[in-house]
Amino acid sequence: MDGLAHQLIAGIATGGIYASVALALVVIYQATHHLNFAQGAMATFSTYIAYTLIQAGVPYWVSFFATIAVSFIIGVLIERILLRPMHHAPVLTHVGIFIGLLLAISDLCGWLFDYTVKSFPTPFDSGGPMLGGLISGHELGSTAVTLAVLLLVYLFFRHTSLGLAMRAAAYNPVSSRLVGIRVGWMLALGWGLAAAIGAVAGMMVAPVVFLEPNMMLGILLYAFAGALLGGIDNPGGAVLGGFAVGVIENLGGAYLVGTELKLTLALVIIIGVLLVKPNGLFGRVVVSRV
Amino acid sequence: MAALLEAKGLTAGYGQTAVLHGLDFVVDEGGVTTLLGANGAGKTTTLRAICGMVRTGGEIRFGGERIDGKATEDIVRRGIAHVPDGRGTFMEMTVEENFRLGAYIRRDPEVAADYERMFDYFPRLKQRYRQQAGTLSGGEQQMLAIARALLLRPRLLLLDEPSFGLAPLVVQEIFDIMQRIREEQGVSILLVEQNANLALELADRAYLLETGRIVIAGPAAEIRQDEAVRRSYLGY
Amino acid sequence: MSASKGVPVTETAAAERVAGWSWTPFLILVLVLLALAPAFLVEGYRLFQLTLAVIYALAILGLNIVTGYNGQISLGHGAFYAVGAYTAAIMMAHFELPYWTTLPVAAVVCAALGYGIGFPALRLGSLYLALTTFSLAVAVPQILKYKAFEDWTGGVQGLFIFKPDPPFALPLTNDQWMYIFTVLVAAALFILSWNLLRSRIGRAMLAIRDQPVAAEAMGMNLAQLKTRTFAVSAMITGIAGALSAIAVEFVSPDSFAVTLSITLFVGMVVGGVASILGTVFGGLFVVFVPNLAENISKAAPGVIYGIILIAFLFLLPTGFAGFLRRLVLPLLRRRRSTQAMSIKGR
Repeated sequence: MDGLAHQLIAGIATGGIYASVALALVVIYQATHHLNFAQGAMATFSTYIAYTLIQAGVPYWVSFFATIAVSFIIGVLIERILLRPMHHAPVLTHVGIFIGLLLAISDLCGWLFDYTVKSFPTPFDSGGPMLGGLISGHELGSTAVTLAVLLLVYLFFRHTSLGLAMRAAAYNPVSSRLVGIRVGWMLALGWGLAAAIGAVAGMMVAPVVFLEPNMMLGILLYAFAGALLGGIDNPGGAVLGGFAVGVIENLGGAYLVGTELKLTLALVIIIGVLLVKPNGLFGRVVVSRV
Repeated sequence: MAALLEAKGLTAGYGQTAVLHGLDFVVDEGGVTTLLGANGAGKTTTLRAICGMVRTGGEIRFGGERIDGKATEDIVRRGIAHVPDGRGTFMEMTVEENFRLGAYIRRDPEVAADYERMFDYFPRLKQRYRQQAGTLSGGEQQMLAIARALLLRPRLLLLDEPSFGLAPLVVQEIFDIMQRIREEQGVSILLVEQNANLALELADRAYLLETGRIVIAGPAAEIRQDEAVRRSYLGY
Repeated sequence: MSASKGVPVTETAAAERVAGWSWTPFLILVLVLLALAPAFLVEGYRLFQLTLAVIYALAILGLNIVTGYNGQISLGHGAFYAVGAYTAAIMMAHFELPYWTTLPVAAVVCAALGYGIGFPALRLGSLYLALTTFSLAVAVPQILKYKAFEDWTGGVQGLFIFKPDPPFALPLTNDQWMYIFTVLVAAALFILSWNLLRSRIGRAMLAIRDQPVAAEAMGMNLAQLKTRTFAVSAMITGIAGALSAIAVEFVSPDSFAVTLSITLFVGMVVGGVASILGTVFGGLFVVFVPNLAENISKAAPGVIYGIILIAFLFLLPTGFAGFLRRLVLPLLRRRRSTQAMSIKGR
């Protein structure tokens, strides 16, 4: 029973990471109808930036927020420079650009920061398990951080003008222009936001899986699975999907397939969702009368 | 009356096809101009051309400044609100969110007062304030679209076939409200309509479009009286 | 021009019309002989690299058929390559079967696998297919390392096999024979594919890529065509994988990571989407450019790869082949018109 409880809680902790990356993916998908295959690589790059700052002696939380800011700017730049000119290009071209980004950014990490596996500090070191041995300090802290991020993003989209404008630009760019929204910049902001969220996810997961250039590849897969499970056009659903996948992965890994086939599990989830319920569990069904 | 909107030699098209072949028309400050014509005459394209939603040639001046070739969002920010065909409502959002979007670019403190004014014109929108826009009836969606446009506090309002797909009673209600808006708000209106009768009642000036060209232009009152024009072009 | 809209067959049609009668079989023979020449001119590591280039070109041909010509985006063709490679390795290491028997078996296995994947692929749009195949590519090494299969796959250590001796006691080295054998197999598959793509079926594939609704309205059975295309594509890449196992004499799970699928994709785009000539360029590019890239910057070939991919998508979306086509076609047309003029002038 103890084992199950621990697996559940660990699943929720990792689920928080998947939920964050899933949210980043959905933010971009809603705005552009593209799947950002490079999201993981971007998050890894951000984590390396944080690592460099920390190694240089900058206090953890200062590095944390500085990294988020820098990642935001990088996201905006990528959208403005690479994606804006290709707005009307066919799907193959967009997929190619994302793959190119994935390649370049992953290897850039290796080149700038070398390929050795590095350990990344956690600000939540409790020295030992907490809550009666069920959870580590880091798991608790990182879950709290990811939940805080998700809450902030939710509040931003629901209750601010800018968030409203970004949602409008994603759903209906034509009508958005007619109310004066600069749709192009909304897309860029969406990318920046996704990059920032990814950075947080990277910094939270690095202490556990250790920092190396391909750190986020498996996580990206799980995030895709979670986003699809919850509904690729539904941020709330994607977040729930991310948590669900985290729990499934941990329970499945512990009791079903063993840890060696975890990626295959993600693949199975992806295929399963796409075949059985492509809109995901909470995919939006819009009521509209003509 | 001074001209608020002036088009000279306006051409426009989609891809290789030219739809407008050189239009000259005017909307006076504080006045209502209506564009009439059959389906495919180019009425919707004209409104889209003004908003920069299609490729254009020729000149369009708003308040004396040229706006042809500018981006839609910039044209809108100068004070032109467009209620497109299909209404352009943000279906997935609530009525309240549609209101907020309508007033998105405004920074002045009178936004709240304008919300109240919209509730006054369109009481049903107040009732349905928290409902998803897609659940509103056709007539209510048209009202929402007009309200959203007015919340911009535009100098010029472009309306594309507000009567489309609506029952006659609802249409009459909307046109009565538009008459009120015209009198109380002082906003200039460019109205595209297939229902020539109602349009000519409301308008000061009228233009008749046929396959991308203006074939008749003049004061609305005169065109209304002219039996020959009415019978051959307007069908009544 | 965009990357996905290659126009594949004009240059050969134009070439044929230049002479008035069909040069094609003659031309093909010359090309094959030229391709075989390096076996005697080059040796050692260089010859091995050329062998790999031909193998990659073949693998990219498979990808190009399903993605370039038929519009179904696959980011997971490395999986078919891996299956072909392991089929060959298992047959040769565990059953000691001759090398040439591995090719037909790999072909059948991969065709069946491709057909099987083709079915669910039908229901997915391009983007989701890309995602699914990408996930497959990421999952492949883990599947290959799975303990339950270890007896067959050799687990993490992989399997070792040996290059074959030349047949009939020909006076060639093993490397030379490997190269010649590879070129012959590849040439046969290239010719078959070329015929397929020029035929009605090929045109149907293009129609489905560009205007699927219209294609269906015209009576094409989309489902059948798309799954069969996937099968053929998987088969060809699988054969390439089998050849690679024999050429490299070794298979291990980490050789078939997602990088492989990405490499094939890059080769396809850079060489030229929907172009047979392009796949040859792609194969050469994929083998030789990383070496160049490493000379430029020791540890970041991926950066250069990524930048080249993006640069091609922006500037040369039809790849090397498209670039060449733009240079050469006007010349061919001019020659045709002067011929026509000289006939009239008589």
